[in-house]
Amino acid sequence: MIQTLFSAPPPESGLFDRFKKAVSKTRDALSGQIDDIFEGKKEIDEELLDDLEMTLIGADVGVRTTSEILDDVRGEMERAEGGDPRAIKERIAGRMMEILRGSERPAETAAQPPEVILVVGVNGVGKTTTIGKLAHRLTQDGRKVLLCAGDTFRAAAAEQLSVWGGRTGCPVIRQKAGADPSAVLFDGLQAAKARGVDTVIVDTAGRLHNKAGLMAELEKMKRTAGRVAPAAPHQVLLVLDAVTGQNGLEQARRFTAGVGVTGLVLAKLDGTAKGGIVVAVARELGLPIRWVGIGEQADDLVAFDPESFVRSLFEG
Amino acid sequence: MFDNLSEKLQRTFKNLRGQGKLTEENIDDALKAIRLALLEADVHFKVVKRLIANIREKSLGAEVLTALSPTEQVVKIVKDELTAILGSTESKVRYCSTPPTVHMIVGLQGSGKTTSAGKLALWLSQHGHKPLLVSVDVYRPAARDQLKIVAGQIGQPIYDGAAGETTPLELAAGAFREAKQTGRDVVLIDTAGRLHIDDALMVELEQLKKRFEPKEILFVADAMTGQDAVKSASEFDKRLGISGVILTKMDGDARGGASLSIREATGKPLKFLGTGEKPSAFEIFHPERIVSRLLGMGDMLSLIEKVEENIDEKQALEMQRKMLANDFSLEDFREQLRQVKKLGSLQSIMDMLPNVGPFKELQNAEIDPKELVRTEAIINSMTAKERVNADLLNGSRRRRIAKGSGTTVQQVNQLLKQYRQARAMMRGIATGGAGSKKRKRSKGKRRGHGLRGPAPGGMGFRGLLGR
Repeated sequence: MIQTLFSAPPPESGLFDRFKKAVSKTRDALSGQIDDIFEGKKEIDEELLDDLEMTLIGADVGVRTTSEILDDVRGEMERAEGGDPRAIKERIAGRMMEILRGSERPAETAAQPPEVILVVGVNGVGKTTTIGKLAHRLTQDGRKVLLCAGDTFRAAAAEQLSVWGGRTGCPVIRQKAGADPSAVLFDGLQAAKARGVDTVIVDTAGRLHNKAGLMAELEKMKRTAGRVAPAAPHQVLLVLDAVTGQNGLEQARRFTAGVGVTGLVLAKLDGTAKGGIVVAVARELGLPIRWVGIGEQADDLVAFDPESFVRSLFEG
Repeated sequence: MFDNLSEKLQRTFKNLRGQGKLTEENIDDALKAIRLALLEADVHFKVVKRLIANIREKSLGAEVLTALSPTEQVVKIVKDELTAILGSTESKVRYCSTPPTVHMIVGLQGSGKTTSAGKLALWLSQHGHKPLLVSVDVYRPAARDQLKIVAGQIGQPIYDGAAGETTPLELAAGAFREAKQTGRDVVLIDTAGRLHIDDALMVELEQLKKRFEPKEILFVADAMTGQDAVKSASEFDKRLGISGVILTKMDGDARGGASLSIREATGKPLKFLGTGEKPSAFEIFHPERIVSRLLGMGDMLSLIEKVEENIDEKQALEMQRKMLANDFSLEDFREQLRQVKKLGSLQSIMDMLPNVGPFKELQNAEIDPKELVRTEAIINSMTAKERVNADLLNGSRRRRIAKGSGTTVQQVNQLLKQYRQARAMMRGIATGGAGSKKRKRSKGKRRGHGLRGPAPGGMGFRGLLGR
């Protein structure tokens, strides 16, 4: 698989098409910026390694993770015969896929319904939109979904979620602005039980991870969920915006320490941003990337695929 | 994680003292540290490359001045370079000679446009203008509701659209008409978040620009933005010719390297910073402050100003005398608390402190404003005698105080422990203990009397939180 990554086209899958579409949009708009660093290269030299380093740093993978990956690869290459520039690129891609695959694990499920998915993240990353798309997807799979408007903080957050509820045909449990999010969650879970719902997706307040009280509020929501439904919340998804830089790692650390994140959603990957920070997050925290947001339509949420993702880091 | 560039440089240069010049060899390690710091702050790699080349050149020729250590000298060069990029003067907001002026707010989804529109409206109203808000975001569910709620919070009018107005152009035109009729002199157009590669939506912005000739097109950028900041900002600038930038979410812990990247890529000034959740958390951009933050040196200047504005000079001096005389009582502790409360949000103060040494613990501490209220309640429940002499507080007195203040004996004990720590630390400071020297120097340079304000207040936080 690794060997063919950059030489032959991969097996066409629906997912990869979507990825490719998202990426090619970028390419069309910003054509001329694509420079193949391997054009005319005959051997591996410092300049090539510098270029590769800049490609990764430019994709927001981060200095530390990039240096480690390059050091690994350089060591391997020195031991190996020859020095084909293309081989080193494949090794780097392979190393990144190892990191991403290493954090993969099956999604947590509920032994008995309702399954509870708590969606967390800082403001503006796209939590509510992600929830709408996730609701659409699960509904498509034949599951009965209920949405819970736990963001009682931001103006019109519940209204926004309600619109998504309407679009996806999922009921939305909400209270007035400023209400205790745990109380909304409690109502939501009671309603879910009464209506025989399969999955409850819970929106939470989008606030910066360093705000006093945010983690306490989320912890309280977790406790509330656990009291009403056994072992809930089953999943805690952290939404990261693809444009986020190195601060994404700090967000992942803080939310993981605070509320035990079980997986990531990489939102807004349809722009020119690469979202490379998830490689650093996977490496340091071992968190799997569950979903990728590639647009604003209901079906613009696809399962994460390490191979397509790594390929996109090197394009454009 | 990289902590503080100065510290790192200090280590790099510890063997350099006594040498007359910065040389090629000894500068290399320093440049590596600077490069890492800038990249981790999300400055675009090409900008970093250019900066490092400039810094190298300037450092090499520089004579080491006797007044500055090599570290300080390099830091100064770095600061000067960064400040030069960011622009040395504050830029002004432009208005039309014949009102209403139109300002447009543009940017990617989730960057904070609507919140910024509200904050800017409040700012304008506080600076002699009468803004009218209008949201032309007809795409995101409930986007217009959001602006309506924000407008209500800040008490500024919003144009809600008349029947039949469904497109952004129609809504904006309606707002413009209404502003003329009702004597509002600035129309603030909050546009839908979009990707710079979404041609249809970019065309829509171009049409709005053509029709209303806005005096300001402000690009809203999230301080957490990574390397992509250059692409998105350049593309918005290319299509629209942005007039300036609002950098949002500066109350987070991102270093905001995107500010440098955007400035370098577009040449457009940063005009405002969004610094908190409250509508009033909106500031004119100061280049020097961002530079300090980029390098992990904290925003000491802002803090000093804030402290000086709010702390009573006389009280501060009295506090200093008490520190020296070693008779810092619970009464004084409460007075400090009150001073701290006057400063406003603790979190915003913490953010201005450098992320280093004793401050580092503080920054990681979760600060609960309720804690201040509770602490004050406990001290209020003491008798005057007890406040002067904490040693009087035996078990039964502590129980009484807990009851009186609606707290527990544990909480009273905790407060006493914090008070003792604060007192011990003040003793240390007063007798020239560790840590005080560095701060004295950096502040003394800027303002002759800088230390008097922050020292008592500053020490209070640590003692108060003590965790």
